[in-house]
Order: sequence, then C-alpha cells, then structure tokens
Amino acid sequence: MMSSSQKRAEYRLLFKQNVGGRLVVDKIMMGIVFGCVIAAVIPLGSILIEVFKNGISAISIEFLTQVPGAIGSGEGGIGPAIQGTLIIIGMSSMIGVPIGVMSGIFLAEFGDNRLGRTVRFFNDVFMEFPSIVLGIFAFLVIVLVLGHFSLWAGAFALSLIMFPIVARTTEESLKMVPMTYREAGIALGLKKWVITFRIVLSAAKSGMITGILLSVGRIGGETAPLIMTVLGSSQFFSGVDSPMDALPLRIWRMSLLPYDSAQMQGWGAALVLIIIILAINITVRYYFAKKSKKGNILSKLMGMRKK
Amino acid sequence: MDGKQDDIENIGDDHLDSEKKYKMIAENVSVFYDDVEAVKNVTMKFKERSVTSLIGPSGCGKTTFLRCLNRMHDMTKNARVQGRILLDGEDLYAKDKDPIYHRRKVGMVFQKPNPFPTMSIYDNVAAGLRLNGVKDRRILDEIVEDSLKMAYVWDEVKNNLKKPAIELSGGQQQRLCIARALAIQPEVLLMDEPASALDPIATQKIEETITELAREFTIIIVTHNMQQAVRVSDYTAFMYLGDLIEFNETKKIFTQPKNELTSKYVKGQFG
Amino acid sequence: MSRQIPFSKRRLPTDKIFKISAMVAGSYVLVIIVLIVFQLSSESYPIWQREGLAFLTGSDWNAVEGRESFGAAPYILGTLVTASLAMIIGVPLSIGIAMFISQAPKYLSGPLSILIELLAAVPSIIYGLWGIFVFRQVMLDWVEYPLYEVFGDNVWIFSSAPFGLDIFSASVILAIMIIPTISAVSREIMIAVPQQQKEAAYMLGATKWEMFRLAVFPYAKTGLIGAAILGLGRAVGETMAVTMLIGNATGPSAFPQSLFQPGQTMSSIIANEFIEASPASLHLPALVGVGLILLLVAICINVVAHILVSRMLKVREGAINA
Ligand SMILES: Nc1ncnc2c1ncn2[C@@H]1O[C@H](COP(=O)(O)OP(=O)(O)O)[C@@H](O)[C@H]1O
Ligand SMILES: [Mg+2]
Repeated sequence: MMSSSQKRAEYRLLFKQNVGGRLVVDKIMMGIVFGCVIAAVIPLGSILIEVFKNGISAISIEFLTQVPGAIGSGEGGIGPAIQGTLIIIGMSSMIGVPIGVMSGIFLAEFGDNRLGRTVRFFNDVFMEFPSIVLGIFAFLVIVLVLGHFSLWAGAFALSLIMFPIVARTTEESLKMVPMTYREAGIALGLKKWVITFRIVLSAAKSGMITGILLSVGRIGGETAPLIMTVLGSSQFFSGVDSPMDALPLRIWRMSLLPYDSAQMQGWGAALVLIIIILAINITVRYYFAKKSKKGNILSKLMGMRKK
Repeated sequence: MDGKQDDIENIGDDHLDSEKKYKMIAENVSVFYDDVEAVKNVTMKFKERSVTSLIGPSGCGKTTFLRCLNRMHDMTKNARVQGRILLDGEDLYAKDKDPIYHRRKVGMVFQKPNPFPTMSIYDNVAAGLRLNGVKDRRILDEIVEDSLKMAYVWDEVKNNLKKPAIELSGGQQQRLCIARALAIQPEVLLMDEPASALDPIATQKIEETITELAREFTIIIVTHNMQQAVRVSDYTAFMYLGDLIEFNETKKIFTQPKNELTSKYVKGQFG
Repeated sequence: MSRQIPFSKRRLPTDKIFKISAMVAGSYVLVIIVLIVFQLSSESYPIWQREGLAFLTGSDWNAVEGRESFGAAPYILGTLVTASLAMIIGVPLSIGIAMFISQAPKYLSGPLSILIELLAAVPSIIYGLWGIFVFRQVMLDWVEYPLYEVFGDNVWIFSSAPFGLDIFSASVILAIMIIPTISAVSREIMIAVPQQQKEAAYMLGATKWEMFRLAVFPYAKTGLIGAAILGLGRAVGETMAVTMLIGNATGPSAFPQSLFQPGQTMSSIIANEFIEASPASLHLPALVGVGLILLLVAICINVVAHILVSRMLKVREGAINA
C-alpha cells in the first residue's frame, strides 16, 4: 500500500512550521553552552594570573636558594623546598618507574587473561585512590615502624601514585607497536625478553616517557601524602632517612601564617611549583603530539582507546 | 522558478523530455577538501519523480557530490563547497537561510545503516516527526506505520516496534533508516550505496523499495553496482576523478555511451 | 641429535624469569590494595572496638586522654555534602564545556582542550592558595552575602552569617577543580560518538542542540555518567583546597547545617590532625578509621565509574558492528 502524494502533502501540513522558534532555542542553548566555557575559564584563568602576578615579586636568587628565615620576617627562601621536591621526585621515580614499566609490560604482553584483566581493572581503580589514604598507608608501614618521618616514606607514598600511571601508559604504548616488530624478532629467533626490551620498548619509548613525565607532573604537586611522611623542614637535605621540605608543604605552611610577607613567599613558591608542573605538561603535550597521533593521553589513562 | 531554470546551460540534455519539471539543479558545483578538489565544476539537473544513479570508480567524488545536495558538508570541518544548488528554484546555500529549512525536504540514507542505537524502532522513525512538533500519538502512529510500509520493512517489525533498533539485521536497519528519512516527508531522497553492506536478498528488497518510491520522490542514488543502476534508475551519471564525464538516460549510458571512459567503465574494463 | 648439551649452550630459562617478574610487577597493585585495606583496618581496629558502629553515627570528637570519644558522622556528611554540591555545580558546566569543544572549529577546540587539560594538572594546593586569598573574598561579596541577605531568614541552608571559609566555598572550589576532569573525559566521549550518528540527526533537519539531544546524549549517556562519577571520586578524595577553605570545624558543630557554616570533610580532618595525633591514644586510630571509610567510599565510586565507562564502550561497538 503506497501513500499518495496527496496524503503526504496532508502529513506535511501537520508539521509545525516553527523552524524559526527552534533556531532561537538552538541559539539560546548554544549560548548557555558557551557561557559554561566562560564560567570555567574565568576562575581557571584567574588562578594562573594571580599566581604569576603575586609570585613574580617574591622571586629572587636568594628566594630560590636560601633556607627559610624567621617566621614572619619575610626573609630567607624556599631552597630546601625546591631541593626536597626534586629529590622526592627522583626517589619516587626510582621506585615507581621500574614497577610501573614492568607492570605495563605484563599488561601488554601477558595480560590477555583473567589475571591481566583483574590487574588492569584494579590498576585503574587504584589510580583514583585518595592520595591522603596512600599517605596514611606510608605513615603506618614506614614512619610508625621506624619511629620517625623520612624522605623514604614520602617517596614511597608518591611512588604509589606514580606506578599505576606509568603502567597504563606503558601498556598503551606497547600495544601501539605493530605486531610485525615482534614477529621480526621471533623470525630472528630472539627470546621474548630480548624482543620486548630491545625492540618493542625502544619503539614505544616516546609513549612511555610521556607517561613517566605525566606521573612526575602529578606527584610534584601532591601535598596531602607528604604531610604525614616527610613532614616538612627548614633545612637542606641531610639524608634520606630524615624529614624534608617540599614545595607544596611550604606553600601550605606559608599560607596559614598571618603575615603578608609569608603569604607573598607562599605565592612565590606556588609560582615555582606551577612553572615546574606546566613545563612538564607542555613538554608532554609537545612530545606526545609529535611522536604519536593516536588520540589523547587522558583517554588512554581512562582506558578508553579509540577503535 | 521556470525563469531561473532557463538560463542554465543543459548538459547532456538530449534525454530531456519536457513534461517533467526539474526538482533539483546543481550548477558548477566544486568541492574542496582543504585544497584538494574532490568534485570539479559539476552541473546536473534532476527531474521530479525520477531515479538518477551516480556511478564511477571508488574515490571519484560520488559521495562528496551527494552530500552537497543537503548541505551535509557543513559538518565536515575541512570541506568547502562552491557553486549553486537549487531546490525548486531556491538556493540551498543562500546565506540568509539555515540549512535545516532545506534538510527536511531532502532526506538522506547513508552507506552504513545508522539507526539511533538506543532508541526503539518506533522512536527512530518518529524522531524527525517529533522534531517537527508532531506530538499527537495517533498521527505519529499513522505516519510511522506508513513510512515503515513504504520502506518495505513493516511486516518484519510490526510486532516489535518497541524493540531497540540495534537488534535488527543489517538489511532491516537500512530499511529502517529509509523509513526514518521518509517519515519527515521529504521531496528528494539521497541514497549513498544503500545496499553496499547488505546481502543479496536485502539488496533486492531495497531495490524494490527504490522502484516503488520513485513514483513519489526524486531519488539520487550512488551505487558501485552497475546492474543495480540499470535496474533502478532512469538516468545515470558517470563520474571520474571528480569530473562529471557523462550524464544521460540509463539505457543510453549503458548501450551507447558517448565517452570512451564511460564505455570502458560500463563494460567493466576498469574501476 | 646429541643428548649432551655443551655447557655454553645451556641457557638460563630467561623467558620464564622475564614472564614471572612481569607477573610479579603486575600483581604489585593487587598486593598493595590488599595491604592498604588490611593496614587501615588493623590500625583503626581500636576505635571500632571502642566505639563500634557509633563511630559512623556519633559526632563527638574528643582527644583528651581519659575522656576520648570519637564519631565520624559530621565528616562523612561533610564529604557527602561538599562532593554533591560540587557535582551539582560542576557536572552541568563540564557537560556544557564538552559540548562546546566537541563541536567547535579546530582553532578553538584545540587550544581549549589543551587549556582544560593543563588546568587538570594544576595542583590542589594552588587551588587552595588562590581560594583563601582571592576566591574567598569574591564568594563572600558576590555570592554568599547576597544569598544571605535575600534568603537568610527563610531558607535554612543559607541561614548563618557567611564568613567565606565555609562549606559553600569549599564546594564551589571543588566544583572548579573537578571541571577539568569531567569535561576532558566527557569531551572524549562526545567525540567518540560516531559522525554517522550526528549526521543522521542533521539529516532529519535537527539544529545543533537537537542533534545533541537526538544523537549525542542517548549514545553517550553511560559514558557521561561514568565521567561524572569519576569526578565525584576526585571530589571525595580531594584534600588540600578543601582543607584550606572549609573552615575546619570539629565535633558536633561540624555537622553540615547551613552552607555558610564552617565544616569538615573526612580528608580535611585527616590533613589537619594527623601529625598531632598521638599513636598511643585513640586519636590516631580514629583518624585512620576515617581514612578507611574514605577509602571504601572512593573504591565504591570508582568501581561503579569504571564499569559504566566500559559498558559505554560495549554499546559503542554494538552500534557500529550490528
Ligand atoms: N573528509 C575528507 N577529507 C579529505 N579528503 C576526503 C574526505 N572525504 C573524501 N575525501 C577524498 O575525496 C575524494 C572523493 O571521495 P568520495 O566522495 O568519498 O568518493 P566516492 O564516494 O566516489 O568513493 C577521495 O579521493 C577521498 O579520498
Ligand atoms: Mg562513497
């Protein structure tokens, strides 16, 4: 049974001819959507501007290199905090990177089974554990056992934030290496571990570096787990077994003091921290955009690969 | 409207019998992807209630040209369209008119079936009607049924209208997409290789559908299957590397092509 | 073939060692998770023993030796209230941002996505610093006082005189902090909606907004909910900025009543009191207990989020291949 063209003309008459009205609704909704962008960009822009504006006046050679002065004096600097942040990053990487890389190798090369799926799932969930809980854990198993706060405890806590990120990005980068690379290795009669370390890992290098840098950027700004592990200090490095300062801790302490000069120093420390972290992230973007065109790092962290 | 048509040069118009009107006219249409010209200065006229096939080797610009005819290229970020396209004498690309005014009149069926996967069969067909403010359940029911019948899929789905569209077979999904396009009562129907992903039986059903629909609609269909072009279309246009090589009555294109390229192509000597 | 293998050719089972060490490294995360749950449970055992379930429902917070009494209810509620409020503010904004970026021309969407991702990298402590010195005053003058003047007498949630360091400020800054996360993931999900779906909507004559309603939202719904829940997980675990802005009440007065009153969340009380708590008293077990509750809440939220996101992937594959 076909409908006649008459019938179709009748149907058309039933349509509301309010295209104009719909276009107005569209304009309004899209305006609201644009408003969302503005509403988010304003505070976020304000943060960057305030940190740069207030921080820049605190920055000087002394500020970057000296130990903190007497409370409220406005003198001294954040030398130990910068040093501490760098050392903690280095130590966390020493623990977190090897574990993360090996774990990524496991997921990519041996992970196509039940254990692999379990590890992948819990790795993703673990990435979202509140960092302060990791601090408590490091406190309980290191600080409480040894009886004192230490760099090691902090580095251990941060390595727990680091390794799942490294594992996931390593896995993703290894999976992007074409099967033919591995097949070529097999054809040469190479052992699997040689193929993995010599051929696959070097082909996947840029993706892995991205993941490592990204995790460094993440731990560099972590504060909560450091409170109960490295504690804070106003002295330069005196051993991995003693307390240490770090930029985020310094910012926190400064911001709680009721002196303008301390607050300015807090802004200065914030500027140093934000420059380090943005530099890492921009490097990652640049590096990643150049070496790999396959989607966005965030989606990879989420485990949402594009088909 | 007639005045507008007169000043357009007719190409390959020895097939034109004057009693039918032109529904759609593409005039000097070029399409660029970034700086690559994918369709080069194509001029074609489409008669009311006719079926026109676009044939040509893959990559020659058939899809690209078809998508100009309802401004789908607005959605392709690197695409740019030049030239004029008239629908009933009205310029589709006129600056002062939003494309949605025209899209309702020009339905489109894509190469891959693309029903809305989370919606039921019924809601898929009703989607366009609801956009147009049709709310009355009885009217919706009537048009949905009518459209599904026109698309020759009613008998297979009438007992499961609430079923998710995604559970249908590929051929049924494609006919559902035809029904969805028909429900908004378009005047022109564009089809981009609608049977390319389907098995022979589904293909045959789609072809029957097209033949029936041709009594009511102006249909432009892209196909890579020459038998299909012969079976369903009144006119055939052969494209090659972005150029329109020959456009004529289907039987002339296939029996006495004027151009050597056309002749080779329809004999299956390349492509 | 000779049965005697020359010593030099007898090799270590290197591939076996390789595989086993990879498996050990992979299992590390499972071991750590189990250890964390175990450690937090056993170290907080004294408080569960002393307070029982009253630890979840009580509101006293007294660390004085001999009169120790701990209840975590105000902080659990504080976390729930701030995180929910942050979601109410942050989710619609994030979806809006994702909508804008997903359909904006390249010259806009590129820089905006980068900006959003960089902002996700800004540390919490910096949001906190900005919060107490810049944002607090803006909130007070432009939001809290006007709300208080208009609604203060009638609507209980706006009833106490605002101070700027309160539940409302903490919630709004949390919202700002989760926007980059939720919008970046939502954008990914919206971009992942196949172009054919969007074109199907446009073909029917849909406007942009109608296209979102017809093609994008139904298709991306599960994934978007997953993205929002992921943001919720972040909001629940977020510590520093909240600690700096929430005003840090303890005991019964930390019960969230008015939004303009100082409060406390699970993470903020840990950050504030942890290093002062004596391991010998019940104070430390109480804080570890709060950490345990926080952890369990976060695990539940994230498990749900990940299941939803992976289900979204299945829907997507089905839609393409069917
Ligand atoms: N979005 C695009 N960007 C760039 N080039 C494109 C795009 N789409 C199609 N092309 C190119 O345009 C040409 C014509 O493509 P198309 O119209 O799809 O051909 P057909 O449908 O005839 O097979 C091809 O060379 C194709 O590679
Ligand atoms: Mg094509």
